[in-house]
Amino acid sequence: MDHNFKESNSELEILAIRIRQDIIKMIHAAGSGHPAGSLGMTDVMVALYFRILRHNPKNPDWNERDRFLLSNGHICPARYATMARAGYFSPDELLTLRNFGSRLQGHPERLRLPGLESTSGPLGAGLAQGAGLAYAARLDELSWHTYVLTSDGEHGAGLHWEAVLFAGKNRLANLTCIVDRNDIQIDGPTEEVMPIEPLKEKYLAFNWNVIEIDGNDIGQIIKAAEQAKSISDRPTCIIAKNIPGCGVSFMENDHKWHGLAPNNEETERALAELQAVEQKLTMNVA
Amino acid sequence: MSKQNLKLNDSGKQKKLLAATRDGFGQGLVEAAKLDERIIGICADLTESLKMTEFEQQFPKRFVRIGVSEQLLVALGAGFALAGKIPFVASFAAFSPGRSWEQIRTNVCLNDVNLKVVGGHAGLSVGADGATHQALEDIALMRCLPKMTVVVPCDSEQARRATLALATLDGPAYLRLGRAKVPTLTSVDTPFEIGRVQIFREGTDTAIIACGLMTERSLQAAEELAAEDGIECTVLNCHTIKPLDDEAILMAAQKCGALVTVEEHQIAGGLGSVVAELLAQNTPTPIEFVGVHNRFGQSGEADELLSEYELTVSDIKTAVRRALHRKA
Repeated sequence: MDHNFKESNSELEILAIRIRQDIIKMIHAAGSGHPAGSLGMTDVMVALYFRILRHNPKNPDWNERDRFLLSNGHICPARYATMARAGYFSPDELLTLRNFGSRLQGHPERLRLPGLESTSGPLGAGLAQGAGLAYAARLDELSWHTYVLTSDGEHGAGLHWEAVLFAGKNRLANLTCIVDRNDIQIDGPTEEVMPIEPLKEKYLAFNWNVIEIDGNDIGQIIKAAEQAKSISDRPTCIIAKNIPGCGVSFMENDHKWHGLAPNNEETERALAELQAVEQKLTMNVA
Repeated sequence: MSKQNLKLNDSGKQKKLLAATRDGFGQGLVEAAKLDERIIGICADLTESLKMTEFEQQFPKRFVRIGVSEQLLVALGAGFALAGKIPFVASFAAFSPGRSWEQIRTNVCLNDVNLKVVGGHAGLSVGADGATHQALEDIALMRCLPKMTVVVPCDSEQARRATLALATLDGPAYLRLGRAKVPTLTSVDTPFEIGRVQIFREGTDTAIIACGLMTERSLQAAEELAAEDGIECTVLNCHTIKPLDDEAILMAAQKCGALVTVEEHQIAGGLGSVVAELLAQNTPTPIEFVGVHNRFGQSGEADELLSEYELTVSDIKTAVRRALHRKA
């Protein structure tokens, strides 16, 4: 059975702020991890798990579930925290991130945690696997949809473009690729390290439908996903422009925070900022 | 030693059928696909070379052409496997696993999905295409991966049987195929079981452990040694490199006291290494290695290349004599 989440968009925004606090606490406790991408993609995660995906946290292997692959596996803290809030496992487990014996591996491993569709981390391989899933689903006339979240940095990988070519050729309308377009990669700004613009035109040229959105606007994310599902003759790429480190002022738009854990003082500052936003949003809803 | 009831084709004067292991794969895949509708064929622009044309004709919806993209070949296949399919993903071994190794490691083995990597045109016997296309490192690349099964059939019939067996094995596997037509040693009546060596000849002087097209050459070497010098060799066809049949190989080592490994692959990381690792830990025994010595291939006829790289019947006989000498 599908699991229905009833939260309004405003409630989801508050949830996203709470998940950002989870992410900060997790990466701080682990002493390593990737905060910038995780914070930037929190709104996409919330929109996916609480509105877009057909899934059931109490039955992760449900055959008719939509498939969601996280190609940029390093932002898994955002996925883990959102899965916990959606009911896949207790949020208490979140602080085991990256620990020995934890189901929450530094990069996600399918065999360790129910609900992960595939193991990921080495960049560029998610869309290809998503294309295989989507092709197989169409072959068997199954109605589930495949979503793949990819980073902008991994658009430097040849394999990703092999998959873009394949999905375009085969008109995989049951496949949606969301691009975490935050303009940074480990070595610096993407347009300095290895420019990928004009990205929209590239996907269009490969016979994809393209939607550009603000990836920190939950309403826009949900609307784009709906639009993607209404297209029947080609795959859709949702370019989700977002602020890396979103919600924590000193992490925003700074590539240094790609793979750096906050220290005690930075953690307190980050949590204080996020709690202030949470209070404000909660008062507005009330 | 648990002797299997082997029914080999007549090893005497009668001429044996010549066929390539890729031919047997093509037949086996069609047969397996008839038995299991989950089987999918994916090929990176080498459909005829990998003998997948018949599969494509019989199962057009289950065959996926992807062009020149070996990383996609494996990662896409992993996606099919995640959806419950059993993909056989094929290219030349030099390109897959050559180019697709990381996808095999992460998307297939670490993910533990039911996908079969098929590497064709392996070994020097590819011939005229030259070094770029002659995979001599693929066994090493595949055998070091956890969860991976590695199979190197000795002839076309065995390749057919191996394909059928791998179709029913739940998990990652690598099937190594050759281009050259070689004598068919086994028949439809020859038992085949993944992970069990086949004893093709028995003797107590030296044990020859071979795989692929070198098994036939090893048998020939053993017959000549017996006729010329009264040297009696055991010949094991080690078609499964991983999991290795430890028990049978250790028994052969104990019985014969000396071994020769024979493969169309770099000695580093291949069958010779596998056997040496096993024996060093359990029954230190003199071993001689017949294989490629840290070199790349080149263009030429299969037979002249096998001579140049010391993979002839005569080279195997020399290695047996060296092994015998060390034993004494």
